[in-house]
Amino acid sequence: MAVNAPVAPAELKSNLNDPLVIAEKIKAQYPTAVEAANAQGIVVQGEQLLEVARYLHDTPELGFDYLHNVTSVDYPDRLEVVYHVSNLARGGTPLTLKVNAARQDPAVPSLVPVYRGANFQEREVYDMMGVRFLGHPNLRRILLWDGFEGFPLRKDYKEPYYEDERKPFGTRWDQGHHVIAEDRNPWHDNVKYPASFDAVGYKPQRDTVRTVGAEDAVATKLRTDKLVLNIGPQHPSTHGVLRLKVTLDGETVVAAEPVLGYLHRNHEKIGERNTYLQNIPFTDRLDYITSMANNLAYVVGVEKLMGIKAPERAEYLRVIMAELTRWISHIAAIGFIYNDLGAFYTPLLYGLEERELVLDLFEAASGSRMMCNYMRFGGVARDVPEGFLDKVQYLVTERFPRRMDELEAYMVGNELFTARARNIGILPRDLAINYSAAGPVLRASGVKYDLRRADPYSIYDRFEFDVPVGTVGDMHDRFTVRIAEMRESVKILKQALAQIPAGEIMTGKKNYQIRVPKGEVYGRAENPKGELGFFMVSDGTPNPYRYHVRAPAFINLTALNEMVVGHKIADLIVILGSLDVVMGEVDR
Amino acid sequence: MSEEKPQAQPVPVASSEEEWIDEQVRRTVLVTPMDRVVDLVDKIYNWGRRNSVWPMGFGLACCAIEMICTSASRFDISRFGMELFRASPRQADLMIVAGTVTKKMAPSIVRLYNQMAEPKYVLAMGACASAGGPFKEGYSVVSGVDKLIPVDVYVPGCPPTPSALLYGLMQLQKKIDGQTIRDVSWYRKGASEGIPEPVLGPDVFDPRRAEEITALAGDPGKLEARAINIKSKAESKAEKK
Repeated sequence: MAVNAPVAPAELKSNLNDPLVIAEKIKAQYPTAVEAANAQGIVVQGEQLLEVARYLHDTPELGFDYLHNVTSVDYPDRLEVVYHVSNLARGGTPLTLKVNAARQDPAVPSLVPVYRGANFQEREVYDMMGVRFLGHPNLRRILLWDGFEGFPLRKDYKEPYYEDERKPFGTRWDQGHHVIAEDRNPWHDNVKYPASFDAVGYKPQRDTVRTVGAEDAVATKLRTDKLVLNIGPQHPSTHGVLRLKVTLDGETVVAAEPVLGYLHRNHEKIGERNTYLQNIPFTDRLDYITSMANNLAYVVGVEKLMGIKAPERAEYLRVIMAELTRWISHIAAIGFIYNDLGAFYTPLLYGLEERELVLDLFEAASGSRMMCNYMRFGGVARDVPEGFLDKVQYLVTERFPRRMDELEAYMVGNELFTARARNIGILPRDLAINYSAAGPVLRASGVKYDLRRADPYSIYDRFEFDVPVGTVGDMHDRFTVRIAEMRESVKILKQALAQIPAGEIMTGKKNYQIRVPKGEVYGRAENPKGELGFFMVSDGTPNPYRYHVRAPAFINLTALNEMVVGHKIADLIVILGSLDVVMGEVDR
Repeated sequence: MSEEKPQAQPVPVASSEEEWIDEQVRRTVLVTPMDRVVDLVDKIYNWGRRNSVWPMGFGLACCAIEMICTSASRFDISRFGMELFRASPRQADLMIVAGTVTKKMAPSIVRLYNQMAEPKYVLAMGACASAGGPFKEGYSVVSGVDKLIPVDVYVPGCPPTPSALLYGLMQLQKKIDGQTIRDVSWYRKGASEGIPEPVLGPDVFDPRRAEEITALAGDPGKLEARAINIKSKAESKAEKK
């Protein structure tokens, strides 16, 4: 099962990732479906989108089986919904499909029947942009609450503390002094209400429970009522403010619906007001355990748009930082899994002990333990201090391997763990792909897909490492894949330390305002949690016109319902732990 | 001058049983003004409370990770008797608001705060919980948890390091030390009345201010007058021309 589909010959491989070639193929099948096609992507006609998607997905020769990303862009004359699809076996740059919709009451067909991973993403687009997806099973707001006024990512939406379209704000000095946001807003708070809003008579919308699949009752002799249990947003598991509405039959989960948005911090809206450089510290706070890797994914994307490359030493430093991040993220993740199992804190303490050592190194290099803000476009912020690389050398050659042997002895072979984890929360291979699962969750299901190999960025093509995969796709596999990945990270770190040259760490001079040419880009990197993508549209100004984050943890949650149904309620939290969600990234 | 040697007090001989009891009471029971008793009780009471502040495990965002690090072996929050992170607000004394408070979360935070038993404290950890932080300008972020519930200690930082959090907790201990049962709020009438939960409408609002909001929303002129108007860069440029 762990074996991938045969790889197509090189010529075919390059051909089938070319939008123009694909456009021709679609035209042959559906003559009116393609509105336009260029090297950037294919604009598909709205009504025929579903058929085109089904054709791309089902035709064995094309086999676009994986939906990376769904997002939308608000142009003055239209709304554009953007899809990125690819074939996991072929790898390479994903194919971009676009659909235009009118700004007044936009509607496009939903792709959930073909790609189930589109479920949450389409809800997000609906929430943020107001695009209705026809045929979507559960089209409701996902990050904001039902009843919220407006679609915040539209360009004409102004937040309550709105100051100016773009940073840096001119208003700060034009009047000689700064006026705080509270005084500028008539409500003197971060709120705004529609005109003639009747707060006294307002009845909030009821929190409805949609029991997805509740009809497929688990066969029991006793006829019992279903119980709806609310877990969160405050609960003892350590996964932040995630809320789950779980339908139970006795102790067995019938359906679980994540309710998100309790940490929705408007990353994208703020990101579109920011300059490109100002966004780097915000990416730190996406998945706050892996700030260095987030930085890397973002700068890789912007560099792709700018067409620059970092100097050798900077590239190596980036890889070292990203792999250290992967290591500490995974060691924390496996600690948290044990935490959720009831081994309260003890295994996590072992993980955090190692993490502190790495955090010290990050602090030495960047000045901050967690929010490193270290990468820059075309390099890194500063060179590492003296002795830094020696310390990393010590960690990767002596401390980490020893610690990992120890952990494996305690944790992987642990009988209690095996009993709780084997055959629990199985996500079969085809479902994992269809649900757009990413990172260790995808690989645990037996899909050998790692962006460092499939679409190499930075200098990952120079290193020798394996992509560990699981066989069954259960919780145990997700656990062991993480441990195996940690070993591979150490392997990469060793090679990087041996090869790192001296020299420059920045291309050109340090620049506050970078020049980004017009265009759009989907830059991505293999984060510890999965594929972290940044979709950016540049209009040539210092601020991104559209800035979207493809959050792996958010999309992995789409598959949660599939994994937990039929299991006991006690397994639910552990399965969630094995997905390793970080709410900062899920809600953004 | 030579000091006189203090003479030993003669042990009185009780002539009757009552006299003997009086004498015993005089010798063994401390008779002191009420104030000093209260002080003593305060001291013991506060000593006990300050060294067993049980926080609620209430991680919202990034700061929660530093909170976890604080409770791990290196920084070891249990030196302060605070390692027992309770999942239930009923068992907790301290709410560490570790992270960004969003509007969607606001009703839950107020509800959890109301569910905590007195004496209760709130520590706003990090820039977001203190004042909105880097996400303040966002449309769904509450600019500081103090807009919803009273805060005792603010810890700056984004995120604050574990040592900063520990310092904040020590400040809280100082605050506890300074309290006395004479005037603490939780022995007073009406102390248990909770804060009404914010309502999620088109935007979040406090039900106590519903009438004011309705009145203002219906009167755009009056509403406009409340804001300080700032010209944007483009506007002031056009004016100069």
